[in-house]
Amino acid sequence: MELTGAEITIRCLQEEGAEYVFGYPGGAVLHIYDALFTQDQVKHILVRHEQAAIHAADGYARSTDKVGVALVTSGPGVTNAVTGIATAYMDSIPMVIISGQVPTYAIGEDAFQEVDTVGITRPCVKHNFLVKDVKEIANTIKKAFYLAKSGRPGPVLVDIPKDISCQKTEFSYPTSVSIRSYHPAQHSDLGQIKSAVQLLLAAKRPMIYAGGGVILADASKQLTELVRLLGFPCTNTLMGLGGYPATDKQFVGMLGMHGTYEANMGMQYCDVLLAVGARFDDRVVGNVKHFNQEKRKIIHIDIDPSSISKRVKVDLPIVGDVAHVLDDLLAELHGSKEKPDQQAIAPWWAQIKEWRGKNSLVYKNSDEIIKPQFVIEKLYEVTQGDAFITSDVGQHQMWAAQYYKFDKPRRWINSGGLGTMGFGLPAAMGVQLAHPDAHVACVTGEGSIQMCIQELSTCKQFQLPLKIIMLNNRYLGMVRQWQQFFHGNRYAESYMDALPDFVKLAEAYGHVGMRIEKPSDVEPALKEAFGRKQQLVFMDFITDQTENVFPMVQGGKGLSEVILAEDL
Amino acid sequence: MRHIISLLMENEAGALSRVSGLFSARGYNIESLTVAPTEDATLSRMTIVTSGSDEVIEQIYKQLNKLIEVVAVMDLSEGEHLERELMLVKVRAVGAVREEMKRMTDIFRGCIIDVSDKTYTIELTGTGHKLESFLQAIDRSLILETVRTGASGIGRGDRILKL
Repeated sequence: MELTGAEITIRCLQEEGAEYVFGYPGGAVLHIYDALFTQDQVKHILVRHEQAAIHAADGYARSTDKVGVALVTSGPGVTNAVTGIATAYMDSIPMVIISGQVPTYAIGEDAFQEVDTVGITRPCVKHNFLVKDVKEIANTIKKAFYLAKSGRPGPVLVDIPKDISCQKTEFSYPTSVSIRSYHPAQHSDLGQIKSAVQLLLAAKRPMIYAGGGVILADASKQLTELVRLLGFPCTNTLMGLGGYPATDKQFVGMLGMHGTYEANMGMQYCDVLLAVGARFDDRVVGNVKHFNQEKRKIIHIDIDPSSISKRVKVDLPIVGDVAHVLDDLLAELHGSKEKPDQQAIAPWWAQIKEWRGKNSLVYKNSDEIIKPQFVIEKLYEVTQGDAFITSDVGQHQMWAAQYYKFDKPRRWINSGGLGTMGFGLPAAMGVQLAHPDAHVACVTGEGSIQMCIQELSTCKQFQLPLKIIMLNNRYLGMVRQWQQFFHGNRYAESYMDALPDFVKLAEAYGHVGMRIEKPSDVEPALKEAFGRKQQLVFMDFITDQTENVFPMVQGGKGLSEVILAEDL
Repeated sequence: MRHIISLLMENEAGALSRVSGLFSARGYNIESLTVAPTEDATLSRMTIVTSGSDEVIEQIYKQLNKLIEVVAVMDLSEGEHLERELMLVKVRAVGAVREEMKRMTDIFRGCIIDVSDKTYTIELTGTGHKLESFLQAIDRSLILETVRTGASGIGRGDRILKL
């Protein structure tokens, strides 16, 4: 039977097992919406802004191991989506975006709502396609899902002109896909594995540094087994939190700009560093020259060869799927005659213990005013460490990363690479849809939340009982912190004036609003909020305006040049 | 250091912009870039002349390989290779200069492919260095226009870039 391009598009989504498509209709996608209307297998979530559609698909993908799907119209639909697409691209999130385009005969004529979608999105997608023939839709969507999920994942966009979506052709979904120019690495070279094991077993001051690649590859089980087998300390990047259980004694905390003292010192002074699915980015190693002053051997496992030796020269590169490579490493270690020598690394652990003694995450609590760190600690306790936490970007993000101890992967959902304010709320919607019975909290600030606050309406429509934990310090806190440190306390435009009454705002959207002003009210309020299982609760925590995030490695400084709270 | 990189890619609309976009987005140099279909109509072959430190060249190589439409990449400068560039030069040629231009063209093994009463158009093929030398050897004030294709490169002997 012949189907229209629009019907084929939806059939393809069904074939790929897409549960949800996050989107917003418009002229160029009307045929596709019509095709959505006549089926109920793929559920459409109507957002209030296309940026949120992408973030929601992103949150859905991050909290599951599935591909997120979004649908937007041409022109402004696409340009609104670009922030979301770039966010997903920077964090390597598997996603397929279907966008409408003006009819093929109008392309290039500056038609109404025309934009060069393939051109605009090219630098922030793994790949994109413009479909010019209805016969190509099925094959292209098949390729899009394959590209999005395989190798180093990423967003893939399929642009479908309106005339193509209403033309008809026979439909058959391809059972397999092959792209002659695309062969993502799987298993690594056995020789490299053997060399890595020798290096690891000979280490006196070892360190394991694991990033978002562990989460994306679903390799936290293997990572945990490896870390325990070796008896080495392990640190996670912001993107890798939950990849190794944060409550484990071998975990030394997050590293980087706001990482723990022990994690950063360990990175700086180790003699063998095993990097797993991480990319030595500027927020992690700070000043590369300073980092390179210490001699160490680096083993780097990553699926993307271009991540290896990009910023930091690596001694032993292992290109492959992180889970497969860790399996190979474990097999080699189990088969090796030599065993990890805990005596040999005992002095190193003693050193780490001394660094830990600095207690670098300590903060001065107060009976008078709510400290933001305290809210996160209580959030951790009240949710028993088992919630899905999304965040926006800024101080609250760092506090959530520092004080919520993630023991499981895919529980910590944040925009690490692009640092997109406005991510948290829509991402939480995607997470809640994927996990309807789970506690999902969005940790945010009064700056970030206002960048996608319209999604409170989506939450009402689809009855998503999120808990919004807003740390309200009446400042763009991270900007203010940098201005305090580096710009002589000149707080240029970093205050948030004329804030709405968030309680009334939440109520206006049909949700529950709470304002919490006293430290003693924090825990009871959180308990009440999480007790309201069917309702979205918007919690406005009035926090200390002057609190800063510590430890801090300033931009351009080295990891051992960290500032602790006590230094100021 | 100067590198000459050859690549095969899908002969599809937009593939060229993915490559050029990559270079501009990541701040890599492009000295020249040539592209045309190959004997296999589904493939285009591109030659890029670039420069950078070893680290930058390594990244360029990896980033090019990462592009979905790029089928194969070879850094020709890592081994024995040949490169050629085509140049067309239109010069003012009147009086005694006509004989002199003809002589210089012969010396550089070029040929004159268009003649008018006041101009010659000279076709010259060679390495970029040879083309430069020719331009320096003739009276610069007589040059009306020059067109260069940029280098095309190929490996020597058994060094073959093929699917």
